[in-house]
Amino acid sequence: MQAHARPAPDEIRGWLAAVPDPEIPVISVVDLGIVRDLTWDGDTLVVTVTPTYSGCPATAAINVAIEMALHEHGIARVRIERSLTPPWTSDWIGEAAREKLRAYGIAPPIDGTAADGRLLGRVGRLAGGSNLAVACPRCGSNRTDRVSQFGSTPCKASWRCTDCLEPFDYFKCI
Amino acid sequence: MSSLPDVMTRDAAALAAAAGARPAPEAARDAPLAPARAALFEFLTRMGDNTLVLGHRLSEWCGHGPVLEEDIGVANIALDLIGQTQFWLGLAGEVEGRGRTADDLAFLRDVWDFRNILMVELPNGDFGQTIMRQFLFDAWHVAMLRALTASSEPRVAEIAAKAIKEAHYHLEKSADLVVRLGDGTEESHRRMQAALDILWPYAGELFLSDAADATLAEAGIAPDPASLRAAFDAAVLPVLAEATLAVPPGSFAQKGGRRGVHTEHLGRMLAEMQFLQRAYPGATW
Repeated sequence: MQAHARPAPDEIRGWLAAVPDPEIPVISVVDLGIVRDLTWDGDTLVVTVTPTYSGCPATAAINVAIEMALHEHGIARVRIERSLTPPWTSDWIGEAAREKLRAYGIAPPIDGTAADGRLLGRVGRLAGGSNLAVACPRCGSNRTDRVSQFGSTPCKASWRCTDCLEPFDYFKCI
Repeated sequence: MSSLPDVMTRDAAALAAAAGARPAPEAARDAPLAPARAALFEFLTRMGDNTLVLGHRLSEWCGHGPVLEEDIGVANIALDLIGQTQFWLGLAGEVEGRGRTADDLAFLRDVWDFRNILMVELPNGDFGQTIMRQFLFDAWHVAMLRALTASSEPRVAEIAAKAIKEAHYHLEKSADLVVRLGDGTEESHRRMQAALDILWPYAGELFLSDAADATLAEAGIAPDPASLRAAFDAAVLPVLAEATLAVPPGSFAQKGGRRGVHTEHLGRMLAEMQFLQRAYPGATW
């Protein structure tokens, strides 16, 4: 492909769908919903990316991976721009990507259950109960416990299954 | 990507000269900012320095947490707060208009230029004290960020809308732990009450107002800090009651950090945090 060609955004989006998230390589940066816009500014492709978590160390690696993939497809000039509005939400992860997460051993996010600053449910949670039924990605059981709100990366929480006894990651909802 | 300077070099003078080749903002630094811009810069450094200093303190627990899950949890909160710092201090540099980046503000200012409250710079103490400080901070942080999502300055509102999602998580976690430890064993209760006794007066600084706050409140950019007290009390007092902890009497506030008057602890923290950029100016990862 010639360097001065300007492929259509849909075609470019298809290429980016092959760029894996560095922490969760079974899903792509497009699956994650962080590629917000693709536009041409002269012969420079402007890729607008929004961060998942403010301090996610993968952000820099993702930007480099996007740039490299586009160079490989013959786009010489790329500019990555950061956008915070609207703020990223795990709701943007598509259905197919959720299945890929589950197959990889990560319970996908459950929409509408993000923390909202209200502490009313706390008593129930402390008593061991939870209105959140997170299915074990390994055996499918709903008999699971939260071990910690936080996990191995900023976007995951630690859970365990009381049936198959395996620990697993649950994608944090924000 | 810029090439890595050789940080192992013995020729520190050459490194410093290379760093100095970047356009220095010194020339313009003498001229004062216009009052509205100065007030906004002041506010943004207060937000960013709170998250930076607390994030750094929390990161000191990495590898030292009492159990693995808490070690990971505290490190994750540190990461969120330092990420938010990049937004606040990045915008502060933009508003100042003298070419300073978030990194310049974090690593090249001296202690009297920091605007964080005293509570976040105190040494961590035991794990109970760290969690109590986190809870008091989180309750204020959520109330502040909620108000800021309605800011008349869109760049402030968008950072707040991003950060509040993370702050909600932090508050849930720290409130849980305050109850578990406060209403826990005799030993954990004693430690949490001691932590509250130490920290409660320091939390008072979160609600003090000055001329910069008044300027921003009038412009609809940020709330008057005093107006957040009711939301803070509504979040904090029921949790402390459930944790069987007694709120210390009196309304005395330990203050100074918001105007650059700090405890001796911040200077020591910065000596460690800023060492690399001070010793090897311009070094990049």
